Amino acid sequence: MRRSIPSLIHRYKLYYFLIAPGIIYYLIFHYIPLYGVVIAFKDVSPFDGVKEILTSEWVGLKHFRNFTNSYYFWDIMRNTLLISLYRLIFGFPAPILLAILLNEAKNILFQRIVQTVSYLPHFISMVIVAGLLTTFLTTDGGIVNTLLQLMGLKQIFFLGDANYFRSVLVISGIWKEVGWGTIIYLAAIAGIDAHLYEAAKLDGAGRMRQIWHVTLPGMSFIITLLLILSIGGLLDAGFEQIFLLYSPSVFKVADIIDTYVYRKGLVDLQYSYAAAVNLFKSLIAVILLLGANYLAKKYKQEGIW
Amino acid sequence: MNQQRQRRNMGETTFQIVNYSFLTLISLSFIIPFLVVLATSFVSENELIARGNFILIPRDLDFTAYNLLLSKGSLIYNAYGITFLRVLIGTLLNLAFTAMMAYGLARRDLPGRNGLITLVFITMLIGGGLVPNYLLMKSIHLLNTFWVMIIPGLISSWNLIIMRNFFMQIPVELEESAIIDGASPLGVLVRIVFPLSLPTFATIGLFYAVGHWNAWFDAAIYINNTQMHPLQLILRQVVLSMTSEEINTTMTAGMMERPTAQSLKAAAIIVTTVPILFVYPFLQKYFVKGVLTGSIKG
Repeated sequence: MRRSIPSLIHRYKLYYFLIAPGIIYYLIFHYIPLYGVVIAFKDVSPFDGVKEILTSEWVGLKHFRNFTNSYYFWDIMRNTLLISLYRLIFGFPAPILLAILLNEAKNILFQRIVQTVSYLPHFISMVIVAGLLTTFLTTDGGIVNTLLQLMGLKQIFFLGDANYFRSVLVISGIWKEVGWGTIIYLAAIAGIDAHLYEAAKLDGAGRMRQIWHVTLPGMSFIITLLLILSIGGLLDAGFEQIFLLYSPSVFKVADIIDTYVYRKGLVDLQYSYAAAVNLFKSLIAVILLLGANYLAKKYKQEGIW
Repeated sequence: MNQQRQRRNMGETTFQIVNYSFLTLISLSFIIPFLVVLATSFVSENELIARGNFILIPRDLDFTAYNLLLSKGSLIYNAYGITFLRVLIGTLLNLAFTAMMAYGLARRDLPGRNGLITLVFITMLIGGGLVPNYLLMKSIHLLNTFWVMIIPGLISSWNLIIMRNFFMQIPVELEESAIIDGASPLGVLVRIVFPLSLPTFATIGLFYAVGHWNAWFDAAIYINNTQMHPLQLILRQVVLSMTSEEINTTMTAGMMERPTAQSLKAAAIIVTTVPILFVYPFLQKYFVKGVLTGSIKG
């Protein structure tokens, strides 16, 4: 039965009416800024209105060239990718390990308490995490340096020292998210057929072998999927955390694309240049995402979308 | 055989001891930082001078830092109000807009549905970025208003998808039988779907509320007026940007008793964390549910 468009609209009018505000929201707050990236190909000054932005002259890839040729380009790319990779190498396995250990602790009450406590930092704002770090790591009477001193060691200004800054980022990042990350793995473990453990035990498998041959294979699907997904986020090295903690003394090791865009755009007011750097990042991110989805499809016969 | 079993039991016991100790240590690492900060917040200037650098257990509890932070007219006092309004108004509007759109998009036979979903999906992959967003807020006159913390984040695509998946799980027969009984589509929504979705509303509402409670960056770039800054942003100012001298001159001027910079910073952290610590244990199960619903592909 085919219906004409007006009658279809009439039939579904409640649903269209409910969707309309959302669509308007998406168009204004997500699609207009998307169009706004045209300023990356123009020379927009902070005093320009909408009209000047639309009518100003095109400058082509000038800002992109300036960025890739700039003195900071390699530093920024290296920092972004290194910090991201460190987070992946150390941060990705952490919740998997914690989930397995939690699952092995058979006391339900104990399990519950550890879970409740470990989810907590996820709900604390990054500002508070940064505040905790600065109060603990300060050389002006912070607990860590006081302990170092008591042990007869030299004090270390962790947040201002290029040798330690990245480690502080990665470790505090893991501290914040490791517990929350276990939820999905624990669910995967809960889905494993208990008979598999019985069979493994009958075959004489000890604790370690059960983990290796039953628990891990049971989680492998979700592990692979999350690993592939994290490829798409490789250029997101954690803006909020770095922005709150870094200072000029560690720019050399801590400045990432997002912090650079912030300083160029909203501090130095080089709108067009910042938009170009951002667009450069988005392009690489989309390529990574498409690649990741291709991998996921190959792995699962079905993509993530 | 017996020997082997014995050895295995030994290994098993060792494993359990190591595992439980390790998990206990990990759990302590999540709690101890807050206890240390709590202790620091009660250290008075006199005690610091008398006992030196760092004090783990203060001899007596000194409330000067809290008195200063929570006194009427202080920045924190004011920011608490802003954040409260933000969480309340923001979460209600988030829920209304998200649920409406999710319910519409959950309708399987809606013409144009796939196109609309793609429209949403694209925004999860790419965005305009910092500068185009800033220029947009400027041109629609949202800069330096309360609403700049609410409207640009009205719908989170992730939460939209979770909600849509939930609505799609409601059996169609339920709605159809109500229609046959004479209910209008709106009646179905209000009397059948809405009561069924209350737990999901709670979960998604909590995600939004925590987001609002913790947010600061939008206010930092879009709002100049410190009187309109939310709690986290003021906290950032007190804890991260201010030196001890700045704190002394701007915040404690004219006070007889001054808290030390360390205890003031610590107290600021406690004051902004405590509300979350109190509600969190009761709400935990809703959060976990949300994560698991979100991971089911729809």
